[in-house]
Amino acid sequence: MHVVILGCGRVGATLALMLEAEGHSVAIIDRDPEAFRRLGRGFRGKTILGIGIDEDVLRKAGIERADGFAATTSGDNTNIMSAQIVKVKYKVPRVIARIYDPLRAEAYRELGIDTISPTLLGAGMCRDFLLGIPWRRVEDYQAPQEILLLARNRERSG
Amino acid sequence: MYVIVAGGGKVGYYLTKALRGGGQEVTLIEKSRKRFELLQEEFGDCVVLGDACEVATLELAGAARADLVAAVTGDDEDNLVICQMAKRKFKVKRAIARINNPKNEQTFQLLGIDETVSSTKLIYSLIEQEVEVADVIPLTALRRGHLELVEVALTESSPSVNRRVRDLALPHNCTLAILVRGECAEVIHGDTLLQGGDIIVAITPSDSVEQFREALLGKAVATS
Repeated sequence: MHVVILGCGRVGATLALMLEAEGHSVAIIDRDPEAFRRLGRGFRGKTILGIGIDEDVLRKAGIERADGFAATTSGDNTNIMSAQIVKVKYKVPRVIARIYDPLRAEAYRELGIDTISPTLLGAGMCRDFLLGIPWRRVEDYQAPQEILLLARNRERSG
Repeated sequence: MYVIVAGGGKVGYYLTKALRGGGQEVTLIEKSRKRFELLQEEFGDCVVLGDACEVATLELAGAARADLVAAVTGDDEDNLVICQMAKRKFKVKRAIARINNPKNEQTFQLLGIDETVSSTKLIYSLIEQEVEVADVIPLTALRRGHLELVEVALTESSPSVNRRVRDLALPHNCTLAILVRGECAEVIHGDTLLQGGDIIVAITPSDSVEQFREALLGKAVATS
């Protein structure tokens, strides 16, 4: 399949290399030319310099024929916006956005955008490890707990 | 009316000031602490420190009872998310987004935010109008103002370019007199072929200037 990845950070680059090794066609977008060095010399996929909310850039990456799209930049809102463009306008079948903010991830999941929050996943897995609880399925880590909202409100009023 | 303004930059600051001056209830959300403290000095308790993209911040600002949210940060992605959160999560009726890159206007519409303001586009269209208006320059009024001597500069995209003068739909009683092309001036005939960059001196009835403009330059954009 053809996959477009937005953001050539650690996650994006690793994902690109994984998919390429499995024989998929990969195009990866980043606004910083230096970021592509993470891919190493052997990478044969396409690298596109530009911002992911720009449709010209997305088209250059072959979004019109893409089977999947992953938004992995460090900006939650960039990921949200590009994922929506790709899903709504280009009707790419599998679209995922990485969103650090658990509540925003949840809000957009409710709105039909598949999201993954590495914050909840990381914190939840560390917690389970520390408490000696066996690791669960990924989805089980994605529901934000009440404690998050409480902590934030306390921080604000305090 | 209760309005939430997201983003306390220059636009957000003056918007808040204007709304408050107009007697509206306003809450201004600002992310950076330094800027927040500055704004708080002037607006007091109606400034909230926080990221307006976050549910908790919007909740704190009272988004649930807001009549309108205006997202005016310098970041289009942020403005989109703020408006979407306000509309879908808090059921705010009107959400207006400031757009910095005019290219994003269509995207916002596609994603359900149809009230947008793009200062770049606004200023650009004003400049375009200015250019358009300046294309027909009145030189002098003849015969007590019933006729006008005008000058017009053709651009490459003018509809009259590459056409002969006799084929133009000129208004009645209008005469194209002199053509200035480069350094040369010549008298215009019916078979003169017009080119981009040509300057034409013409006489037209005062009440047909619009029609004259249309024949040579195409439909003018609305001018005020």
